[in-house]
Amino acid sequence: MQSTALRAPMMSWLPIPVDFRADLRAALQADDASRCLENLARLSGYQLGFLETLQLDRAISELGLKEASGFVPIRLAILASSTVDHLPPAIRVAGLRRKLLIDVHSGAYGQYRQDLLNPTTSLHQFSPQTVLFSLTAREILSDVPVTAAVSDVDEAINRSIDELRLLWGKAHETFNAAIIQQTFVDVAEPLFGSYDRFVPGAPSRLVAELNDRLTEAAARDGVLLLDIGRASARDGIDAWFDTGRWLQGKLEIAPQAAPLYGEMTARILAAQRGLSKKCLVLDLDNTLWGGVIGDDGIEGIVLGEGSAAGEAHLALQRYAKQLKERGVILAICSKNDPAIAEAAFQKHPEMLLRQPDIAAFLANWDDKTKNLKAIAARLNIGIDSLVFVDDNPVERARVRQSLPMIAVPELPDDPAQYVRCLGDASYFEAVAFTSEDRHRARQYAANAEREALLESAQSMDEFLRGLKMSVVFGPFTAVDHARIVQLFNKTNQFNTTTRRYTSEEIASIANLPNALTLQFRLLDRIGDNGLVSAMILRPAPAQEDVFEIENWVMSCRVFGRQLEFEAMNIAVEVARQRGARALIADYIATPKNNVISALYLSLGFAPINEPAPANGAMRWFLDFSDYVTRDTHIVHAGAAG
Amino acid sequence: MTAEEILSAFTRILRDLLLNDSIVLTMETRREDIPNWDSFNYINFIVAVEIEFGVKFKVADIESFANVGAIITELMKLRK
Repeated sequence: MQSTALRAPMMSWLPIPVDFRADLRAALQADDASRCLENLARLSGYQLGFLETLQLDRAISELGLKEASGFVPIRLAILASSTVDHLPPAIRVAGLRRKLLIDVHSGAYGQYRQDLLNPTTSLHQFSPQTVLFSLTAREILSDVPVTAAVSDVDEAINRSIDELRLLWGKAHETFNAAIIQQTFVDVAEPLFGSYDRFVPGAPSRLVAELNDRLTEAAARDGVLLLDIGRASARDGIDAWFDTGRWLQGKLEIAPQAAPLYGEMTARILAAQRGLSKKCLVLDLDNTLWGGVIGDDGIEGIVLGEGSAAGEAHLALQRYAKQLKERGVILAICSKNDPAIAEAAFQKHPEMLLRQPDIAAFLANWDDKTKNLKAIAARLNIGIDSLVFVDDNPVERARVRQSLPMIAVPELPDDPAQYVRCLGDASYFEAVAFTSEDRHRARQYAANAEREALLESAQSMDEFLRGLKMSVVFGPFTAVDHARIVQLFNKTNQFNTTTRRYTSEEIASIANLPNALTLQFRLLDRIGDNGLVSAMILRPAPAQEDVFEIENWVMSCRVFGRQLEFEAMNIAVEVARQRGARALIADYIATPKNNVISALYLSLGFAPINEPAPANGAMRWFLDFSDYVTRDTHIVHAGAAG
Repeated sequence: MTAEEILSAFTRILRDLLLNDSIVLTMETRREDIPNWDSFNYINFIVAVEIEFGVKFKVADIESFANVGAIITELMKLRK
C-alpha cells in the first residue's frame, strides 16, 4: 500500500449499531416530529462514525424542531479562526445523546472579532447562551521567530492572552453567556527534536506555554476549557489534524475527529446543566475481580499484585476509588450470594474497595434492572444518573433495552482496557470541584449513620430532636457560588420550577439589589450536611410588596428533616424585613419533582384560582398575616456570608 | 475489489451523505450532475471514502478529479 491509512478517534464505549441505515430510515417513520426526535436520540446512543453523524444530523435538521418536550434547548455559538462548518453536526448529534437540542451558530472563519464587536452581526441576533472559542495557535506562532528571546516570547503570549480575555469578557458582557475556550493543539513538527522543549521560540514549546497560560487565565475568569490538546495527545495528532484538510479548506479539526469534538463539547454543555452522571454501579465477577466468587471462593478470585490480570481488576478498583474521592457515588449490582460477595469486601487482602466506599450494595439473584432501580431509589438520585459497568454483554443489552436512560459502556474484552474505556467515556464530566464534592462520600456514610439512628429511635420526632440540627443561612455568597450553581442545576426532585441557571446568571442574580437570595446549610450532631438548599425570590411583577419564589431547590440528602419548614420560616421573616406582605410561588410539575407536589399546601400557601400559565405551573399564594411560624427541631446557628 | 463494486460503494456513501436514495452514480458522473454535492460535501465524501477504504488521497488529486471514474482509478491504485 502506497498511502498511509486515515486515522480516526474512536468512541469505543458506545455500542455498535446493527444496521444504521435501516434504523435511521425506521426512526423517521414515526407519526410526528417529536416522536422522530425521540427515535433519533436513541440512535445517537450508538457508536457513529463521520458519515453516520452527518446523516443523523441531517435527519435532525429536517425535523426542524426548535424545542421538544423532554429535550433541553441550548443556543451555542462557535467563534473560530479556522473553518468549523463540520463541527455543528457533530455537536448537535452528541447533544441529542444527552437530550440536548442544540442550536449552533458558527461564524465565518477568522471573523470572530468582528462578529463579537459589531452589534449588527447575526451573532448578536442569535444571542448565544454559551460561546465556544475555537482558535488556532497559528497567528501567535507566526508572530514569534524561533530565535526569539524569552522576554519576547513572554510578551507575545501576554498579548494573546490579554486579547483572549478581552474577547471572553466581551462575549460574557454582551450575551451573559458562559464561555468555553478550546485548548491549543500542537500541530507543529519538531525543529530541534526533543530539544524543542528548551527553546522558547520553538513552536511546540510555545503551544505548551500558551496552554499553561490559557489555563491560568481561564481559571481566573471562570471560563471552561475544551481540552482537545489532551484529546489529540490521546488519539495521536494524525487523528485530530490533517494537513491536507488544512490546505484544502483551512480545517484545524480533522473531519474524522468531529464526532469526538462534538461529544466533548456536549459533555461540557450537559455538565453545566447538571446532566453528568452521578453514580458508578459496578458488577463484581469478572469486573471488579477475575473469576466467579461463588464458584472459585474468596481465595480463588483473580485480584491484586502478582498477576497481570489481577492487577488489571485492581486498576479498575483504584480508578473507582479515585472517582469516589472526587464525589462520584459508588454502588454494587451483582448476581451473587450476598454473604459471599460481602465477605470479599471484608476479608480479601487485595481488595482496594471496602464496604464503606460503597453507598448501595446490591448482591442478590434478582434481575439487574430491578436492582438498578432500587439503587437509584435508595440513593435518592435519578435513574438517568447511573453508569452501569458489567463485563457480561447479555446483562448490558438487557439493561440498555429496558432502562435506556442508564449509561452502559461497551466494556472491552480485556480487563486491562476497562479503565481506559471508562476514562474515554468521561461520564462524570465536571464544571467545578466543590467542597461538597470532596465530602460527598463522607456525607453518604454519615447518612447511613443517621438511618441507623432513625431505626433505633422510638418516633420520628425523637429522632429529629436527637439529631440536634442547626441551620446557617444568608444571601448567596461568592465562596459558595459554585455549589449554588451546582445545586440549582443538579437537583431534580425538590425543585419547584426546574429553572436552570448558568454560573453567570446566578452571579448576576446575587448582585441584583431587589432580588432576595437565600442559601441554607444544615448541620447536626453527626456532621455537616453541607449547603443543601437555595431559594431565589424577586419582587412580583407590578406588586412591589409581594415577592415571588422564582425557584427553590433542596438536596434529597435532607428530605424529611423539617428543613423546608424552617427555610420557609426564614424566607417569610426576611421578606417581611424587606417590606413584603405576601409571597407567590409556582410549582411546575416535571416527571421528577412529584415528591413536592403538595409542598406549598403543606407550608400554608393557598392555590390561586386563575387560568394556568402557559408553562403549566400551579400558582400558590401566602399572605403573611395568615402565616403561622412552624415549630421545628432546627435552631438558627447564625448567618452565612 | 472491482471498479463496479467500488462504484456501488460510492453510490451508497453519497446517498447516505446527502440523504437521497435516488442518486445513481456512473463512472462519468461529475459533481455538478448531483444536486447538493457542493464543495463542503465533496470533502465530506472524500473523507468518508478514505475512512471506509483506509486510504488517503493526495491533495493535488482531490483538487483535480474530473469525475467519479477518476476517483475510482486512483483509489484502485492506492489499494494495490
